[in-house]
Amino acid sequence: MSNRDSIRDTFFQECEELLESLQEGLTAIDDDTADSETINSVFRAVHSIKGGAGAFGFDDLVSFAHEFETILDEIRNGRLDQPSSFADVLWKSADLLGDLVAAAAGGVAIETHRTSDLISKLVSLMPETSPNSNWEQEAEFQPLAFAFDDPLFSDTASEETTYKILFQPQDSMFENGNETAVLLRKLATLGEATIICDISQLPTFQILEPEKCYLSWMIELCSSASIEEIQDVFEFVEQDCDLKISSTQDALNDTSNAPEDPPPESNPPLQLINDNITQQHDVDGDELEQIPPTRAPAPARDASRANRSSDSKTAGAPATVRVDVERIDKLINLIGELVVNQAMLSQCHLDSELSADSDFVTGLDELKTLTRDVQDSVMAIRAQPVKSLFQRMARIVREASAATGKDVHLEISGELTEVDKTVLERLADPLTHMVRNAVDHGLETPEQRQISGKPTKGIIHLAAAHRSGRVVIDVSDDGAGINRARVLETAIRKNLISQNDNLSPEETDALLFLPGFSTVTEISNLSGRGVGMDVVRSAIRALGGRISINSEPGLGSTFSISLPLTLAVLDGMVVEVAQQKLVIPIAAIIETLLPNTNNFHSIGHQDVIFIRDTVIPVVDLGNILGFRPPLENLTKCVLILLESDLGVQFAVLVDAIHDQRQLVIKALEENYGEVAGAAAATILGDGRIALILDPNDRLFIGHRNAVTTDSRQIANG
Amino acid sequence: MKKKILAVDDSRTMRDMLYYALSDAGFSVEVADDGQDGLEKLHDVQPNVIITDINMPRLDGFGFIEQVRKDAVHRTVPILVLTTESANSLKERARSVGATGWIVKPFDQTKLISAIERVVA
Amino acid sequence: MQQATQTSQSNEPNFVAFRVADQEYCVDIMSVREIRGWTPVTTLPQAPDSVLGVINLRGSVVPILDFSVRLGLKSQNPTVDNVIIIVQVDSQTIGLLVDEVSEILSIEDDAIKPTPEVTYEGSEAFITGVITFDSRMIRLVDLSFIVLACPQPAPR
Repeated sequence: MSNRDSIRDTFFQECEELLESLQEGLTAIDDDTADSETINSVFRAVHSIKGGAGAFGFDDLVSFAHEFETILDEIRNGRLDQPSSFADVLWKSADLLGDLVAAAAGGVAIETHRTSDLISKLVSLMPETSPNSNWEQEAEFQPLAFAFDDPLFSDTASEETTYKILFQPQDSMFENGNETAVLLRKLATLGEATIICDISQLPTFQILEPEKCYLSWMIELCSSASIEEIQDVFEFVEQDCDLKISSTQDALNDTSNAPEDPPPESNPPLQLINDNITQQHDVDGDELEQIPPTRAPAPARDASRANRSSDSKTAGAPATVRVDVERIDKLINLIGELVVNQAMLSQCHLDSELSADSDFVTGLDELKTLTRDVQDSVMAIRAQPVKSLFQRMARIVREASAATGKDVHLEISGELTEVDKTVLERLADPLTHMVRNAVDHGLETPEQRQISGKPTKGIIHLAAAHRSGRVVIDVSDDGAGINRARVLETAIRKNLISQNDNLSPEETDALLFLPGFSTVTEISNLSGRGVGMDVVRSAIRALGGRISINSEPGLGSTFSISLPLTLAVLDGMVVEVAQQKLVIPIAAIIETLLPNTNNFHSIGHQDVIFIRDTVIPVVDLGNILGFRPPLENLTKCVLILLESDLGVQFAVLVDAIHDQRQLVIKALEENYGEVAGAAAATILGDGRIALILDPNDRLFIGHRNAVTTDSRQIANG
Repeated sequence: MKKKILAVDDSRTMRDMLYYALSDAGFSVEVADDGQDGLEKLHDVQPNVIITDINMPRLDGFGFIEQVRKDAVHRTVPILVLTTESANSLKERARSVGATGWIVKPFDQTKLISAIERVVA
Repeated sequence: MQQATQTSQSNEPNFVAFRVADQEYCVDIMSVREIRGWTPVTTLPQAPDSVLGVINLRGSVVPILDFSVRLGLKSQNPTVDNVIIIVQVDSQTIGLLVDEVSEILSIEDDAIKPTPEVTYEGSEAFITGVITFDSRMIRLVDLSFIVLACPQPAPR
């Protein structure tokens, strides 16, 4: 990767961070809690995006960022009051800026009217008294104005001219760190220079003040450089010195005794004697008349032509290292192997005759602890706060509230909760959908809210927290709650349940997750068609997560996602069925039971068992997975009571339980595809693969309709 | 002996650019994230030249320059200010707190080196 | 088990030939990752007959296909004498259970003849051509058809 590419990557990474802090600042502006530093940081974010974009020639991005920045500058300087009153324009600008960054990254164009519409809105906000109000965009910022090595400049340089330069520094020049020797040396690089120092003003040593300047210089420079180039050398000191540049024989004669003449105080410090230069140009030809009087800003060219390796020491925060995700993933895979190896060693020990207190066993235990610690530490590298994801949701809420005409306030908490990077990335789509749903279906219209005596502004709350080794993300609304009567009606109409099913409120809510379920009679263009909560649920399940609903009529609903901290490991119970080893996730296990004959009953062809007065369907695992014919005698087996993510309970029959351990999850999809009854696989201590049972698979859940659940009354939704 | 440059900018992109462009030109480059960070690194780095952004969190470029100028060792070290604005007011303010010169963004390597050559030999 | 032989041309070896139910087949050598002996598989529930199960190949879950079942022939009870050819097709890695690997071949493109009209039921789709020499007939297998026996990888 070239340096340019590497800086480009840095730029886009940084843009993401800057857009985040922009959003954060705008949220504060929106809430009227922004202090001057917040506003400054908002300005800085846009400013930095503009700066970087300029270097890469992303002109659309630069010009919009410039307009945006100008307004933010007005706010920053207090010329524009109450920014919360036009926060919507600022939000839209932030969104567009984000889209322009994405466009620059992906090369996709943004409709020009979007940019121009917003620019005119920004312009209309401009206070008339502002020095920026004449909107001198072109004059102020020209990312790609002129090429540095414009032929016009180089042509003028072909002929050598003798310049005479008088240079008398003032004391202030040295206070700012400028140095005569450096300037003269730089000047000498332009041509052949004869430098004479005038020491006539030097006082006697007794009265000499070391920080004052008593010297002046006369330089005769024979150079092909233009007068502008010479001027440029003195650019930084032009206000701290007296400088005269002339270029003819006359001037030379004129100034032969100049050092004796102290420059008049009233004169401007820099005096350019160029009458004769113009004459000279007349001789050279007309084209030279076109030389611009001052040099335009240099082009936005790649500042990096270095060829150092991109991952050599680069700029960055002092205590952080940026690492390619691939390297971390490789490390995680290796540690996965280590875990498997450690398990194999433990297996060997169990098979051996070694006593439990031998050094070998102690070492093995330590290895186990260490392996687990290493694994946790590496997982932590991949962890990222949910903040960025939550901030993205802010935009979804804005768009959704605009589309539905609902007034929505988004509250965020626990945004520093860390989740595995991949989990975070794959959470974006389902969460987007949930947030849209919450605005679209969860919240009532302002009118309805007023009737129910609620504030017209609805609240969506996004919360994240760590809870018992998992990450829980809640999307709550303070809307009307789930209309259960309508849910049931719809489910019956769509033949998802039968008229006679008596469902508990929780079971009713869970119907929302059934494929093809949608309570909205007119499909809203917001939540989209065909994409229902069932898609959200499968996305969450694919991450090893669960989703549940808690809804109170009139008070609102909370959708909770519970996710594993990482995708890579799982606590599982190893069981044996028909000579095959299987893993059951500990999270799904309620209890294990040794059945006796009296427990078992049959309802039709379905075996069931009574556990604490509840009828639980029994699944003959070996048979349903196709490993063997149905069992004749169920009592020789072990029963494991499981619960699916949706709270459906069932019991599986297995031949034996081996042990519980932490297992590395291996995807089945990579080389194969979906496997009935299994979500993934793992490698056991003997190196063989074992399938990890998915208690949510249709293979098991399909049984729920065959039995009557308890007869709690359906709540009036 | 390579000349040492301390580059202070809150933008990682800018820091990277400065780092690559200046390293390539034969300078030894240290970077700092903002004025505060720059001050903290000042004595370790002992730079021959400082290049600094103006608008930064914690301590901005003006404040940073003022502090550097108060430091006995660094009161005359050349300081170049990075600015996107060609507005004279900004340069003027930078000059008044002690900046030596300025570099207008966007810059290329030529422009960068040319500015440095005017303040350090 | 395997010997390099010269055919009509002396080029880089480009095909791996193997034997299943007394018939010879070959696959592009570039798709072959390795050849290994039979190891017991983990059975997959409700899998097609041709999918024997999955094995652990250095930490990856790799499905094993019974090549003869895929051809529409009878399933063979795999023994230690059987061989698994690990092939990669696009991003998918799968293992093919065969009787033995016979040789590594160098075959010119023009030595490959189109598939005869009469072939085994169900197998013509993945035989893209035949190579005949020394009174032998080797069928060239199109692996992209073979992997269709596995369910498609689930969308991410």
